[in-house]
Amino acid sequence: MALLEVEGLKVYFHTRNGVVKAVDDVSFSVDCGETLAIVGESGSGKSVTCYSLLDLLPKPPARIEGGTALFDGEDLLTCDSTRMRHFRGNDIAVIFQDPMTSLNPFISIGEQLIEPLIYHPDPARKQTRAAARKRAIELLKEVGIIDPHSRVDCYPHEFSGGMRQRVMIAMALINEPRLLICDEPTTALDVTIQAQILALIKKLQETRDVAVIFISHDLGVVAGIADKVLVMCEGTIREAGDTDKIFYNSQNDYTQKLLAAIPEGAKQLPNRAQPDNVLVEVSNLKTHFTDYNKARHQDNVIRAVDGVSLSIQRGEILGLVGESGSGKSTLGRSILQLAPTTAGQVSFDGTSLTGLSAKQLVPWRRMMQMIFQDPYASLNPRMTVYQTLAEPLLYHGLANRKTIDQQVRQLMDDVGLVHSQLRKYPHEFSGGQRQRIAIGRAIATKPELIIADEPVSALDVTIQAQILDLILDLVERHNLTMLFISHDLSVVRYISDRVMVMSRGVIVEQGVTEELWENPQQAYTQQLLRAIPIADPKLERSRLASM
Amino acid sequence: MLRFAFYRLLQAIPVLLIVISLTFFLVHSAPGGPFSADKAVPPEVIKALEAQYNLDQPLWQQYVSYLGDIVQGDFGPSFKYPGRDVSELIAAGLPATAELAFYAMLVALVIGVSAGVTAAMRPNTAQDYIPMSAAMIGICMPSFLLGPLLVLIFGIHLEWLPVSGWGDMPGDKILPAITLGTGYAAYIARLSRGGMLEVLSQDYIRTARAKGLSEPLVITKHALRGGLIPVVAFLGPAFAGLLGGSFVVETIFQIPGLGRFYVQAAFNRDYTMILGTTVFFATLIIVFNLLSDMLAIWLNPKLRQQAQGKS
Amino acid sequence: MTTVEEQGTSLWRDAWIKLCKNYLALLGLAIILLLCLVSLLTPWIAPYGYEEQNLLLGATPPSAAHWLGTDIFGRDMLTRIMYGGRVSLTVGFIATAVALVIGVLWGAVAGFVGGRVDAVMMRIVDIMYALPFMIFIVLLMVVFGRNILLLFLAIGAVEWLTMARIVRGQVMNLRKQEFVEAAYSLGLSQWTIIRRHIIPNTLGPVIVYTTLTIPSVMLLEAFLSFLGLGIQPPQSSWGLLINYGVETMEEYPWLLIFPGVTLSLTLFALNFLGDGLRDALDPRTSKDQ
Repeated sequence: MALLEVEGLKVYFHTRNGVVKAVDDVSFSVDCGETLAIVGESGSGKSVTCYSLLDLLPKPPARIEGGTALFDGEDLLTCDSTRMRHFRGNDIAVIFQDPMTSLNPFISIGEQLIEPLIYHPDPARKQTRAAARKRAIELLKEVGIIDPHSRVDCYPHEFSGGMRQRVMIAMALINEPRLLICDEPTTALDVTIQAQILALIKKLQETRDVAVIFISHDLGVVAGIADKVLVMCEGTIREAGDTDKIFYNSQNDYTQKLLAAIPEGAKQLPNRAQPDNVLVEVSNLKTHFTDYNKARHQDNVIRAVDGVSLSIQRGEILGLVGESGSGKSTLGRSILQLAPTTAGQVSFDGTSLTGLSAKQLVPWRRMMQMIFQDPYASLNPRMTVYQTLAEPLLYHGLANRKTIDQQVRQLMDDVGLVHSQLRKYPHEFSGGQRQRIAIGRAIATKPELIIADEPVSALDVTIQAQILDLILDLVERHNLTMLFISHDLSVVRYISDRVMVMSRGVIVEQGVTEELWENPQQAYTQQLLRAIPIADPKLERSRLASM
Repeated sequence: MLRFAFYRLLQAIPVLLIVISLTFFLVHSAPGGPFSADKAVPPEVIKALEAQYNLDQPLWQQYVSYLGDIVQGDFGPSFKYPGRDVSELIAAGLPATAELAFYAMLVALVIGVSAGVTAAMRPNTAQDYIPMSAAMIGICMPSFLLGPLLVLIFGIHLEWLPVSGWGDMPGDKILPAITLGTGYAAYIARLSRGGMLEVLSQDYIRTARAKGLSEPLVITKHALRGGLIPVVAFLGPAFAGLLGGSFVVETIFQIPGLGRFYVQAAFNRDYTMILGTTVFFATLIIVFNLLSDMLAIWLNPKLRQQAQGKS
Repeated sequence: MTTVEEQGTSLWRDAWIKLCKNYLALLGLAIILLLCLVSLLTPWIAPYGYEEQNLLLGATPPSAAHWLGTDIFGRDMLTRIMYGGRVSLTVGFIATAVALVIGVLWGAVAGFVGGRVDAVMMRIVDIMYALPFMIFIVLLMVVFGRNILLLFLAIGAVEWLTMARIVRGQVMNLRKQEFVEAAYSLGLSQWTIIRRHIIPNTLGPVIVYTTLTIPSVMLLEAFLSFLGLGIQPPQSSWGLLINYGVETMEEYPWLLIFPGVTLSLTLFALNFLGDGLRDALDPRTSKDQ
């Protein structure tokens, strides 16, 4: 019998709008030394499945309607709270998605690490603080924290994202659990850090022979570490089987759709860039922010953009890629004059925009628009779709009262929305639909330049594919020039003609996309490219093994 | 941390100066002087009294000399109680008011926090509705209504507790403290419930549970620290409010405290008394605000390190 | 071909639906509306004249002729409470309006302009928060006489601080929202952005806190009147009535209880309504997930 056997699990949420079947008849098993990946988009129920095993769901809305979950023969779903405490943190441990919010900011990490040891429900295994502290330091060293003796007394905010996740991993492993549940542990991390954490988890599993359940929305991430894969959608299992079978020989439509949606390879459409015709010229741009430190009465200077020069050719899609904190978003906003620049110059079609007043910029604003990342925050929640799309047209005099109706409908058609939804409010749409509205707003004024700041990062992979294709289509049809900003290298490769790599406020390398991919010159670029997870198990395994 | 305190104290001085100046000119611009209420006194005597107390000098001169006196700790003589200094009167009334405020704050914190935390543990159930309804009653019943009612019930009808005095009979501090503290207890209950609910929905509470910690431990060790932040932030204004609220409570329960002296001084136009007490209260409030701000910073590890210069 | 356009549900409608499910809040709203109506119509519907004394009667407990009894001068308590309510509610609403105007303007400017201006404006708010305001109000009332206009201003001057903080917080949050950035990128003028994007999204918290400020203000007025520094006879407010009631509470408890209960009930109603509005307008509990 396997270590964990789940049979017919049903978890329903009783909300004021009705019953939501988050998990509907799910069965699977995991054994020691095995890694099971549960893959699905948002709302698929993958996290709810695993949290229900440890009774971590909010009980009023959530209710376990049926099924069994046998851990070493004992049913987790029916045991009382005292028995459950024996399992939690002891036999079964969890690594959560966001280490920033999952660690208590008020308590030192050392204290949080030793808690499973000093509060152990089994008196025989309870440890003293001194012994527990020693153990904690050992584990910190094992997960790769440098100088664990002094770092053990630090607070979570003193660590970077990747380091915090290592601490979470140490915390989960400190009681030598037999089952480790990892809930999207690398989603909140930069791609280079993600690769390190994945390799770490794999190594730790091998040395300890734990069973691992790895939850993710990203098939590429699990390709290299999973033995078995479970594909979930809307609470049910669509397909289950060995990793190789799922990736190379899937029998299920949904799985195939998921695999197909992953951006792969180079841009298919032809490069329409006009090298002699430069639309945007940026010279030595600097955008610095000062952060007022209240407690010390001092100013911290943040050099978000620190001397960037580039040019965007008319007709091209220029990709701008970088990890968090690289300054890519700030660069995009600085070009659009949405962020106050400290030095340098930006010129559009030959005219310098730097130093122009807000009023003088108005005619230029028509020509350059932005698509934002968060589909939930980029639309005014109090305006209907109609009003949002009409606003730019009316303000810039591109439509009058007679023509506005027809023009708004035309925009809806352009971005693939149905006319019957015209009078609806943003909160009544899905994320992908909202992004379409935002794109519609951006192209309404018939701009020449569009800066897209992580437009698909907040979307599920299948929706992402649709929106990317929409963007490519619109660029073609309307002869747009685009700066496409993203941290996702695969997406950037799929969509851009040329690409720039940014890190810490400066451009590290640039070039034609495919040439950069084949032959990266800078060490940072090489590091980035090496870290990209590929949805191919054989390739992934060898890549992780080499890390 | 010291650096922070130093800067704040530095900022407090102009504030204090503004308070003193504002009060000074406000009081002196009122029609009539401290002696005009006594109708039986002939004008020559009033003039003599004014000369004696330097009230016939130009206003700005009085102002400057007053400032000079304050710095030396001399608040001047009381106009209404000849022969007695303002500082003397303040010292006489202070202990009662300080004790009252202290007990009231204790009542407010103990009842408020326990009610709020209990309510937050099981939201939208009886465990939540009952304390919160009681809290609502506490907010909607002002001290000058609650006090007399308590006196009526416990003092007069049941005769369980004394209804006036302070320190004269055992138990005479109970009703005043409860009267003053209840409104704040209710507000703190709501604040702590809100803060706890916010914290309990955080990811790190889920992590604590996932580690196998018992629910009481999760609440006390992990949730309270973040959940009580709104309460700590409220301490400063609460203290200011308690001092203000003491006026009414001391009046109702006949407590010989500073609040009651203040109200009387205001009515009597006892300039020096008004000024002295105002300055005193203002200083107390500013110091207390500084302390509670420092507490708030100290409780947050990130801010604490920044203040200590580690950032 | 014309397709049927579906009607959207705005966030306001959502909030209204949620509010209607909250019975306590609706009860609060009903009570307030009733009180306002009664106060407006008092001169016509009060059973007795305001000044009407009946010295032979003296203080009597509730009876058929006088539903809430009479005070020591034989004046009908129901009438006195009704007239007192007019004053208390008027002070409540007007002082809140003062606080609202100052607070919203201050907070909006600080939040929208940001930078140094914001730092200075909020520092002033911080300092004023720390001041012993009770003391100033007492002083003001003593010094400038018991002028009802001054009372409005004095109370408003204390209460605007919280409103300023709320509005500033909301405006600062909004400024960081991407749809506001989008509005800038479209080239909309500052004023258009404020009008179409900032204000509609700030109304929610403003409405909630206005509703919660009114009881706070009424309490302050009652407090001052109780001390003898607020409303002066021959006018009366609930605070003043409570004051009189306390003086004679042993012999004539109803003189204290009825005004007291009325005041508390009003405060209850306003607080429940305010809480209900806050829950209804809270974006976290809306459809948005």
